[in-house]
Amino acid sequence: MARFVMEFERPLAELEEKLAELKRLDIAVTPELADEISGLEAEIEKLHETLYAALSPWEKVQVSRHPERPKTQDYVEMLFDDVIELHGDRAFGDDEAIMTALATLDGRRCMVIGHRKGKNTKENIKRNFGSPHPEGFRKARRAMKLAEKFGLPVVTFIDTQGAFPGLEAEQRGQAWAIAENLATLASLRTPVIAVGIGEGGSGGALAIGFGDRLIMLENAYYSVITPEACASIIFKDATRAPEAAPCLAMTADDLMRLGLADEIIREPRGGAHRDPASVFASVARVVGEALGQLAGVPLDELVEERHRRLEAIGVYDE
Amino acid sequence: MPISDWFKAREGRKYTTTSADAPGDLPDGVWVKCPSCKHTLYQGDLDRVADVCLHCGHHFDIDAPRRIELLVDEGTFEETEAGLTSVDPLRFNAAKPYTESLAKAKAASGLPEAIVTGRALVGGHPVVLGVLDFRFIAGSMGSAVGEKIARAFRLAKREDRAVIMVTRSGGARMQEGMLSLMQMAKTAAEVGRLASAGLPYISVLANPTMGGVTASFAVLADVIFAEPGALVGFAGQRIIEQTIHQSLPKNFRTAEYFEEYGMLDAVVPRGELTTTIALTLDYLAGAGVPAAAEGAACRIVSAGGET
Ligand SMILES: [Zn+2]
Repeated sequence: MARFVMEFERPLAELEEKLAELKRLDIAVTPELADEISGLEAEIEKLHETLYAALSPWEKVQVSRHPERPKTQDYVEMLFDDVIELHGDRAFGDDEAIMTALATLDGRRCMVIGHRKGKNTKENIKRNFGSPHPEGFRKARRAMKLAEKFGLPVVTFIDTQGAFPGLEAEQRGQAWAIAENLATLASLRTPVIAVGIGEGGSGGALAIGFGDRLIMLENAYYSVITPEACASIIFKDATRAPEAAPCLAMTADDLMRLGLADEIIREPRGGAHRDPASVFASVARVVGEALGQLAGVPLDELVEERHRRLEAIGVYDE
Repeated sequence: MPISDWFKAREGRKYTTTSADAPGDLPDGVWVKCPSCKHTLYQGDLDRVADVCLHCGHHFDIDAPRRIELLVDEGTFEETEAGLTSVDPLRFNAAKPYTESLAKAKAASGLPEAIVTGRALVGGHPVVLGVLDFRFIAGSMGSAVGEKIARAFRLAKREDRAVIMVTRSGGARMQEGMLSLMQMAKTAAEVGRLASAGLPYISVLANPTMGGVTASFAVLADVIFAEPGALVGFAGQRIIEQTIHQSLPKNFRTAEYFEEYGMLDAVVPRGELTTTIALTLDYLAGAGVPAAAEGAACRIVSAGGET
């Protein structure tokens, strides 16, 4: 099966293909091939290093969208035990673009809320590519309130290009649903840990995407607007997204620099999909630590501190 | 400049139309053509009727100082945080530098930032008022706008005032990236804190209110009013059309549309807005009294009457 090749990996993929071709030839007939093969192998190794050493923001966006990148449901499956998925917003329907579940991480009982993309086209159509409708956000809000009522910490996984921009989504109050979640999260009387695992597109990401901690995977992004939408506004051309991406300060490193993220989880060279097990282990450890730190904090203090975090965000003159 | 100077300057101004599609063939500024019914109107008449077309009721877009003038009890507006303005934290430069957009916005609007906030009386009620100005980078919310909104809510809480927000905005300000997005959470948090103090918050959605402004403080109000014909929503019109591959219904996402779908309390003509807000505050301003006021328990109303 051919591996999914990201745009910036193409030179590497071409070399790898060439190598595979050479290896199919009979070395016994043409012994000079051996030199060529080892030369090519060295070249591939070198390119591998330079290519992934310092990914540009746009390259990170591609990694964050890689179809084999671990998704919310993978984290739930690999990190948590005794999972009970909760469905529906009690008002309209069950939006599969958001997953809510009671789940246990290393003995700690939690409420997990995450955007849920599919792993293939069929799943993605069912889950609307991880872009929620209002009922998805309302399902998430229900889960938040439930967690608050029963003292469960909330762990969220952020992975969406954004709230779904459709007619019915607007009709049912997309903006209202997001706003309600923001107000709810801001004052929720239980710990909230948000983890950026892939894409963090605008208000649809924020609606489950902030709290007492923000942890970012190295190649995850979190942005006020997707680079494509930004490019289509400022350049009137969505294909110029690679130029827009670096302007938006949306990488994990940018978020650390701006004081918005608390911790970055490094990914294996090439991205989380190259070695998911190591990423699961890191996320489990970091989230577990954060849960431990927040577990004993009195709720008044916890919420006050969260308010202080929000208050402090912004750069202006006066 | 302080808003008081602005009001002074305004008295001697040349009339300008605030409509985007101003007619080119009419004498500059004195006459305007209604974009809805195409009647030609004298700006002096419009000034007397809150910039609403005399023929068809079309609501002309108005800027923040004019809104304040229309809304508050005369002479009671006292601007707050006038010196708080945007900087360029990301050194944003795509197509055009953010600093240039800011300079242009300041020159075009005569305002230091996209929102004007201040203390005022509305129908005698002490309020903190915030009004977004669309001329300033589409009334977008960056760090400075978010901070001014947060401070407006905190001021109201400190001084026991209601909050009124009038929104006209394209959404979060792209040029400040995540700092802008996070203002949505920051302002939403402040709405919650005012609510826990039992103080009323009324919002007025004016044309247009979109994106991250709609999806944060604007629709979290206790009572949401909107102006006739105002465009309200989350996603951009073009993005929706591209997503669903069809053109949108004509009244899609107008104030009236959302009233029909139950998302806001009432569409209120501009001429009635001040009295409607004042009357609403008459009802809500007593809400600071604890819910279980003395004697309340013995006034349970049942179907058969008071028991
Ligand atoms: Zn008219």
